[in-house]
Amino acid sequence: MTRSNWITTLVLAALAVVPLGLYYAGQPFWLDIASRLVILAIAAASLNFILGYGGMVSFGHAAYLGLGAYAVGIPVHHSIFGGLDVLGLATSNGWVHLGLGLLVCAVFALITGAVSLRTKGVYFIMITMAFSQMLYYALISISTYGGDDGLTIMSRSELPGLALDDPVQLYALCFVSLLVVLALLRMVVNSRFGQVLQGARGNPQRVTMLGFNIFHYQLVAYVLAAMVAGYAGFLLANFTAYISPEMMDWTRSGELMFMVILGGVAVLVGPVLGAAAFILVEELLSHFTVYWQLPFGLMLMLVVLYSKGGLAQWLRLNQSGPGGGKP
Amino acid sequence: MKVSQIALVAAALATASVASATVKIGFVTTLTTPAAIIGKDMENSVNLAMEHLGGKAGSTPLQVIFADDGFKPDVGKQATDRLLKQDNVDFVAGYIWSHVLLASQKSVLDAGKFLITSNAGPSPMAGKLCNKNFFSTAGQNDQTPMALGEVLNKKGVKSAYVMAPNYAAGKDMAAGFERTFKGKVVGKDLTKWGADAQLDFSAELAKVRASNAEAIFVFYPGAAGPAFIKQYEQSGLSKTVPLYSVFTVDSLSLPRLQKANFQAAVGSRTTQLWDPTLDNAANKRYVADYKKKFGGYPSYYGAQAYDAIMLIASAVKAVGGDVSNPDKVRAALKAANYESVRGKYTYGNNHFPIQNFYLREVVKDSEGNWTTKVVETVYTNHVDAYAAECKM
Amino acid sequence: MDGSLLLMQVINGLQLGLLLFMVASGLTLVFGILDFVNLAHASLYMVGAMICAWLSYLVGGFVVAVLLALPLTALVGWAIERWVARRLYARNHLDHVLATFGLILVLNTSAHLLWGPEGIPVALPDYLKGQLVLGDDLVLPKYRVIIIAAGLLAALGLFWLVTRTKLGMLIRAGASNRQMVAALGINIELLFTVVFSLGAVLAGLAGMLITPITEASLGMGNAIIITAFVVIIVGGIGSIKGSFVAALLIGMIDTLGRSFLDVALGWVFSANAAENSAPAISAMLIYIIMALVLAVKPQGLFPPKVR
Repeated sequence: MTRSNWITTLVLAALAVVPLGLYYAGQPFWLDIASRLVILAIAAASLNFILGYGGMVSFGHAAYLGLGAYAVGIPVHHSIFGGLDVLGLATSNGWVHLGLGLLVCAVFALITGAVSLRTKGVYFIMITMAFSQMLYYALISISTYGGDDGLTIMSRSELPGLALDDPVQLYALCFVSLLVVLALLRMVVNSRFGQVLQGARGNPQRVTMLGFNIFHYQLVAYVLAAMVAGYAGFLLANFTAYISPEMMDWTRSGELMFMVILGGVAVLVGPVLGAAAFILVEELLSHFTVYWQLPFGLMLMLVVLYSKGGLAQWLRLNQSGPGGGKP
Repeated sequence: MKVSQIALVAAALATASVASATVKIGFVTTLTTPAAIIGKDMENSVNLAMEHLGGKAGSTPLQVIFADDGFKPDVGKQATDRLLKQDNVDFVAGYIWSHVLLASQKSVLDAGKFLITSNAGPSPMAGKLCNKNFFSTAGQNDQTPMALGEVLNKKGVKSAYVMAPNYAAGKDMAAGFERTFKGKVVGKDLTKWGADAQLDFSAELAKVRASNAEAIFVFYPGAAGPAFIKQYEQSGLSKTVPLYSVFTVDSLSLPRLQKANFQAAVGSRTTQLWDPTLDNAANKRYVADYKKKFGGYPSYYGAQAYDAIMLIASAVKAVGGDVSNPDKVRAALKAANYESVRGKYTYGNNHFPIQNFYLREVVKDSEGNWTTKVVETVYTNHVDAYAAECKM
Repeated sequence: MDGSLLLMQVINGLQLGLLLFMVASGLTLVFGILDFVNLAHASLYMVGAMICAWLSYLVGGFVVAVLLALPLTALVGWAIERWVARRLYARNHLDHVLATFGLILVLNTSAHLLWGPEGIPVALPDYLKGQLVLGDDLVLPKYRVIIIAAGLLAALGLFWLVTRTKLGMLIRAGASNRQMVAALGINIELLFTVVFSLGAVLAGLAGMLITPITEASLGMGNAIIITAFVVIIVGGIGSIKGSFVAALLIGMIDTLGRSFLDVALGWVFSANAAENSAPAISAMLIYIIMALVLAVKPQGLFPPKVR
C-alpha cells in the first residue's frame, strides 16, 4: 500500500472504531463529536471536489448544507403542524426528504452555477457568496419556518430498517456515507470527466483547444458537489434535530473552505483531516479556556506558513506536490 | 447495638449518602463575543446565588457547570449535549437567546431532565412546545412590549414610530407592542440584524422626524442599544420625541452611556419584570451584595439567573436532595416556593411565571450613577398571550 | 415625496459611502498591488477604533486620540505585513484566505483580552455635538457632516497621493504590472510595506470616525468586511477611482433602499407583504447590485488597465 492509502485507511479505521468504542465505554459525547465531524467531512469532501480538483473556489457551499437540512425540517414541520399537504410533502418519510433535498440543491446549483461560472477568480468567489447570502436573508424572513430562530426538527427521517433516533445507527449511516462519498470521489476524479476538470483548473486554454467545453464540465461538477453537500445537510438535520439560516451563512461556508484547505486540497482524505483537526482542536482547546480562538488562529496561521499543502503535506500524503497526482 | 439502632444508623447513613450526592446544574450562557457582557452578568449572579446558599440546597451540595454558546444555536446545542452526556447534569439552566434555547431544548427534554430558562422566552415554548419539564424564571418575550404599549395608552399617546431589528425576537417585540398600543403606528422599521447588523440608524431616524410621531418605541439589544441612543441624541430627536424601549436600556448599557455622557438615556422609559429598586428582602440583599462584589448594578438578566439557581435549590431542598423522582422534583419546581427577587409569583399552566410588570425610568442614583427606578406597576399577575396554546 | 427627507437620506448615503470608501480603498490597494487577499482588513478597522477609543480616555479628547491612534494603527499594519503577509505573497489566494482567517481570530481574541467584550464608548467633545438646522425639516447631526468632510479630505488626499507623487506613480504602476516595477529596480518590499500600512491607516481612520456614532466594539469588523469586498469587486480590483464610485453608489443605494423600499414595494404589493419583505430585500440589495454589475462588466466598473 502506498503511504497515502495507508494513512487514509488508518484515519478511516480510527473513525470507525474509536467513537463507538468510547460510546459503549460510557462516554457517549464523543460519538456526537464524531458524527458532526463525519457530516462536515462529507460536505468538505464535496467542496474539495470543485475547489481542490476543479479550482472553483465556492464561498457559498454551506447554502447546500442548509437546503438539505431544511428539506428535512420543512416536511416534518408540516407533518406535525399541518399545511402543505400537496405532493405528499408533509411527511417524515426519509426518501421524500432525500429526494426533495437533492432536487432543490441541484436546481439552485444549476441556476446559480450557470451565472457564477461565467466569472473567474475572486469574482467567482464573491458571486457564489452573494447567492448564498441572498438565500440566507430569504430564509430569515420566512417566519413560518422560524426565521432566524431556526426550526426544531421534531422527528427524524424514517428510512426502512433504520431508527435514526439511535445515535449508533445514525453514526453508522454517516460513516458508511463518508466511505461511499470518498470512493465515488476517487472514481470520478480518476475518470475522464475528472481529468478534464483538473486539466481545466491548471490550463484552461489547452483543454478548450482539445475540444472540451469547460463550462459544461464545471457546471456538472458544481451541481454534483451541491447535491453531495445537500445529502450532508440531510444527515446534519437528523443529527442536530435543528436547522437555522445561520448555519448556512458565509462564515460557515468559510469554515468548510478552511477545512478543505487545512486538510490539503485535492487530496482524497484531506477534508477528513481538515474537519477532524478543526473540530477536535476546537473541542479540546475550549476545555481549557474560553479564549480558545487565539491559539486556534495561531495554529491555522502556522500551518499555512510552514506547510504549503496543509496537513496532508505535513503527513507527506501528496509526494508529487499539492494538487497533483492521484488521490 | 440493637437491631433497631442498627436500622436507624443504616437509615441515617443511607439518607446521608443520598443527601450528600452532589446535584449538578449546567448553565448555558454567552461567554465569548461582544454579547459576553450579558453572560458575565449572569455568571456573576449565579456565583452570588451559590455564595448566598453556601453551595448547598438544604444539606445537598450543589455544583454549577458553565458552558458557552458563542451566541450560535448549534454551538449552544453542542454545549448542552456535553453538559448532559459528559457532565451528567441534573438540571440545565440559562439561555439568553431564543434561537439557542429552541435548538437545545429537545436534547434536554428528550433526556428527561429539567430545563430552566433564565431569559429566553420564545412563544413556541410558552405555547405549542410547552413541556412539563420546562420552567422559566424570566418572562415570555411578548409580555414586556405589551406592557409598554399599555403605558403609552395610559399616557394618551396617539402615534408612535416602531424600530426593531429584523429577526424573530425583534418582530415579536414589535408585534407585542402593536397588540396593546391603541394609537396609530405611523412608521415601522425592521433593521438588518445578524453578524453584520446595521448599527447606523441615520436613515431611519430621518424618517422618524419626518413622520411627526409622538413617541418612539425601540428594541435594540446588545451593542445596538448604545448606538441607537447616541444617534437618537445626535439627531436632536431626544428633545422632541420621547423614547420608550424594551431590553435596550439596562444596567449593562447605562454605565457605557454615562461614560460617553449621552444624556438622552436619562428620563427614557422602559418596562420590565424586575428593577433593582423593587422593595423585597431578597432583592435588597441581591442588589447590595452584587454592587459590593462586582461594582455596579445587576441587570434583569442577572436577576433572572439568580432566581433560576434559587428555584432549583428550593426544589432540591424540598425533595431532600433525592432528584431521582422527577414527579416530586417537578411538583417542587412548580410550587415556586422560594424568595424571588421580583417578589412572589406563581406558575401558569405553561410553567411561565404569572407576575407583575413595571414601568421604569432612567434616573441618577444618590451617587450620581445612572440606573433605573420603578414608576408604577403596569400589569399585576399578568398571564402571557400563548398560555392558551399550551396543552398542559 | 418629502423633499427634505430625500435630501437628508442622500446626505446619509454620502456619509456611509465615504466611510465605505476609506475601508475599501485600503483593501483594493492591497489586493490589487500586493495581490494579497486580506480577510483581516476589517480587523484593522476594529483595532484602529479600539486604540482610539481607549486613548480618548487617557488623553481626554477625541481629536487628539485620533491623531495619536493613526500612527499606532500604521504600526499594527506594518507588523502584520512584516510577519504575516510578506511570507505569503508567493503563495496562492487560498493560503492567504486561511492565514488571514487565523489572523482575524488572533486579533479579535487579543482585543477581547485587552479591552473586554463590551466595547468602549466614545464621548464627543462639545464642539462636535449638536445639530445643524438648515431648514424646517432639514436637521443634520453636526458630527455626520464632519465625517463627510473628513471622508472627502481623505479621498482628496489619496487622489493627490496617487496622481501627483512619485509614490503614487509607483502604486499605479504596481497595480498594472508588478513584475515590471520590480524589474525596474524599485524596492518592491518597501513599496508593499508602505501600501499595506496605508491601507491599515485608512481602515483604522474609518473605524475611529464611526465610533462616536456606534461604539468601538469587537464585532464591528464583521459588519463591514463583506460590504467592502463587494465595493472593490464592483469598482474593479486595484482601482481607487473604482472603489470611490462603487462605495458612493452602494452607500447611496443601501441608505435609500432602507428609507424608501417599503414605500416603493407598497405601491406594487399589499402593505403587509411590503413590510415583511422590505427588510430582507434591502439586506440583499448590495448582492443584487454586485451580480448585476458583474453580469454587464465582469471585471468591475473601472478595472485598472493591465498590460
